[in-house]
Amino acid sequence: MSTPPPSLLVDDLAFAYPDGHQALFGVDLRLEPGERVALLGPNGAGKTTLVMHLNGILRGGRGRVEVAGLPVEDRNLQEVRRRVGIVFQDPDDQLFMPTVGEDVAFGPRNLGLPEPEVARRVADALAAVDMADATDRPPHHLSFGQRRRVAVATVLSMQPEVLVLDEPSSNLDPAGRRELAEVLQALPVTLLMVTHDLPYALQLCPRSVVLDAGVVVADGPTRELLADRELLAAHRLELPFGFDPRSVG
Amino acid sequence: MYVPGSSPVHRLEPHTKLVAVLAFALVVVLTPVHAGWAPAAYLAFLLLLLGVATVAGITPGRLLRGLVVEVPFVFFAVLLPFVSRGPRTDVLGLSLSESGLVAGGSILAKATLSVLAATLLAATTDPRALLRGLDRLRLPSVLVQILTFMIRYADVVGGELRRMKVARESRAFQARRVGALKVLGPAAGSLFIRSYERGERVHLAMLSRGYTGRLPTGPVAVVGGRSWAAALSLPLAAAVVLAAGSLLG
Repeated sequence: MSTPPPSLLVDDLAFAYPDGHQALFGVDLRLEPGERVALLGPNGAGKTTLVMHLNGILRGGRGRVEVAGLPVEDRNLQEVRRRVGIVFQDPDDQLFMPTVGEDVAFGPRNLGLPEPEVARRVADALAAVDMADATDRPPHHLSFGQRRRVAVATVLSMQPEVLVLDEPSSNLDPAGRRELAEVLQALPVTLLMVTHDLPYALQLCPRSVVLDAGVVVADGPTRELLADRELLAAHRLELPFGFDPRSVG
Repeated sequence: MYVPGSSPVHRLEPHTKLVAVLAFALVVVLTPVHAGWAPAAYLAFLLLLLGVATVAGITPGRLLRGLVVEVPFVFFAVLLPFVSRGPRTDVLGLSLSESGLVAGGSILAKATLSVLAATLLAATTDPRALLRGLDRLRLPSVLVQILTFMIRYADVVGGELRRMKVARESRAFQARRVGALKVLGPAAGSLFIRSYERGERVHLAMLSRGYTGRLPTGPVAVVGGRSWAAALSLPLAAAVVLAAGSLLG
């Protein structure tokens, strides 16, 4: 028995935008199947650029990316995009179809799945985010928290290997934040969560990676990283007032 | 515009209704302007439409509201008797062109009948179903997608517009003088740029879920001869009126 390949492997990834701005300077990252990892870092650290590489939206720099052993390159693009589900920050960008059900079906239909299978996946994905009764509703009739959860369902329906979330807790009210956390905790997938919300990272991800100025500057257990005041201060990361990561159970 | 309901008109497949309305408008337009029986034919067409409206449970008030889009045509039609050449006649002390009166009157009648038919279609067909119908009639996919996004994002862009207005007025701005255009112009520009950027983000989200250039549609119902016959009964009845007029008139 050989061990399964890592869910996500980023090897020495460097990238400069066409205007010459270099965003990544050799990033290494390895996520084992089922791992939950928070990607932390200040604005402009290169987090979004890294995320765009994971499903091949951006390519052409140095280094390589593999998803469950499959290299991200032109001929694998469709399969890579099935394996990596990205949930973008603004659910209104993610939900572009007229109804929730059609939106969740968008990915599976692009994969060419037969209709009964599409219907089953839509039902499963919406049930997994606790939005089963919203199938026929238009997205603009949902609350922001509901839209964020439906956005998660739109990629779950593609049964991804890795779920990538960009700022999942932004703009959520505390109840919406908790409901999303409960949904994410129950999902049996590899998770990469880009966030500024350090308590959320601690709650959901045992491991964290800090990215700053295009390189990984720290990688370790979330609790230890958040307890390291010098590390946080050096990379413009701040805990909320009164929050002590060592006191949280 | 849409009035939810379950009448036989509502239940017709959208693409059959689209064809029916188009064919009806064609028959109306084909009615010869200068024939003596033309006014009688217009009346018969109107009665046909009112019959359909009764079956569909659409009130005359709803139909009248649909006529708002016709206003520019009305303006043009009213102008014709004043500017046309040829023999003139006196109406209420005004000297009007006879051919202009006939032409203006028939433009008005034909436009009104066509708009009423379109209003009936819009009132009995959910916008999303209408899009499915257009797609089924092989309207180019790009056009269907543009219309889909228009429906989905009208509220989102409208919301941004409202927030920008509130933000302006919260700082004591009043759009009263011509000078206000200096503020409103850039506001329109920034709304355009915001929408453009949203378009880019939506496109990214679509690519991430395997978009290949066409919005996938769900299963389509098989439409039998009977429901085509039901939908086409309106244009057929109109065609009978037209034929009768041509033969007898």
